[in-house]
Amino acid sequence: MVIKKNIATSESGFIFNPSTGDSFSANPMANEIIQLLKDGLTITEIKTKITNRYDVDLLHLEKDLDGFFLQLREANLLDN
Amino acid sequence: MVIAVTGLNAIDSPGPGVAVIRALREGLPQPLRIIGLSYETLEPGIYLNDVADKTYQIPYPAAGTEALLKRLEYIHAKENIDLIIPNFDAELFNFVKLAPTLFSMGIKTFIPSMEQIDSRDKTNLVQFGLKTGLAVPQDCSMYSAAELYGAGEQMGYPLVIKGKFYEAEVCYTLEQAQKAFYKLSAKWGLPVIAQQFIKGMELNIAVLGDGKGNAISIIPMRKLYITDKGKAWSGITLEDDSLIQLAQQFVQATHWKGGCELEIMRTPEGKPYIMEINPRFPAWIYLTAAAGQNQPAALAKLATGEQLQPFTTYDVGKIFIRYSWDHIIDVSTFQQFSATGENN
Repeated sequence: MVIKKNIATSESGFIFNPSTGDSFSANPMANEIIQLLKDGLTITEIKTKITNRYDVDLLHLEKDLDGFFLQLREANLLDN
Repeated sequence: MVIAVTGLNAIDSPGPGVAVIRALREGLPQPLRIIGLSYETLEPGIYLNDVADKTYQIPYPAAGTEALLKRLEYIHAKENIDLIIPNFDAELFNFVKLAPTLFSMGIKTFIPSMEQIDSRDKTNLVQFGLKTGLAVPQDCSMYSAAELYGAGEQMGYPLVIKGKFYEAEVCYTLEQAQKAFYKLSAKWGLPVIAQQFIKGMELNIAVLGDGKGNAISIIPMRKLYITDKGKAWSGITLEDDSLIQLAQQFVQATHWKGGCELEIMRTPEGKPYIMEINPRFPAWIYLTAAAGQNQPAALAKLATGEQLQPFTTYDVGKIFIRYSWDHIIDVSTFQQFSATGENN
């Protein structure tokens, strides 16, 4: 799961795709995951990081992450 | 420098003149005098502050080159014009025809040739694609509604039915296509064009060619807000090397001279089709100046013989947001322009 290199993000959760002109607002959790993706972490590493930091069970997290990654793909923010 | 500019109709479907003037004022040194050339008496650019220093009415394109030349001779005698930048498709023919005469009078232009204008005409787009190797949609010029049967069978529905000069409708059935055919032929004449529908993202590119095969400036833009007439009310500059390459390929193939706008549809697979080529600056041309490539100012420099290197960078993510504004004038100002064809 690799986020496109030219995608711009801000601390406030604003996401800008300079290839399409699309922009999105991410909530703090989504923004944190995007930053982890940009830092090059694998999905397994992201899961570990999130479960260590937050009170969430793995099954619930995986379900939410699947939905979120689907949204990122639909928004054309991921490399193929 | 004295530059005359047309297209002062900054209305809901705006001409590019006011944006061109704004860019010229920002990008050229003083002294700079801008002469507006208007067709109608209520073109907002005539009356807006800090746009044109003075505006003259000129005859409609249908009046022909002789009437235009006569009027330009009168204006030139008063203003000593260095350069004219025409901004309407419909007037280009007259200006191209008059260009040598204007040059002999000391008035420069920097516009495409008649062959270049004809080659990109929407009735010649398929041949243009074959000649240049650029991807364009299939189309069919129709002189009767009966030809819609064949067009539908050949290209399938939906079909885009386009007027000869302006307007287009996406039609999903033969009945819709017939209705559009009669409407557009009544309004714009024949032929009416049936064009293959390309699904994808609509993009626009403002381009300035030097006439020698070099693209001096290329700015890709995506419309963020579109009016019911399909005009951009807001747009954003994009980072996209494939669009830059496409525009470079276009300029190399055509040796385009002057400004133009490429209307692109990029399919979900990423293939860019040229849907239309407008042979003049688009109304959103000021965005090129805002993004760091002032195309109108660069055109003025090229027209006066300056050698320019192609721009290499621009700001991605620059947004324009058009707005409407009720500008107030006194009836005496309107009367002055209406009665004499020029303002003070």
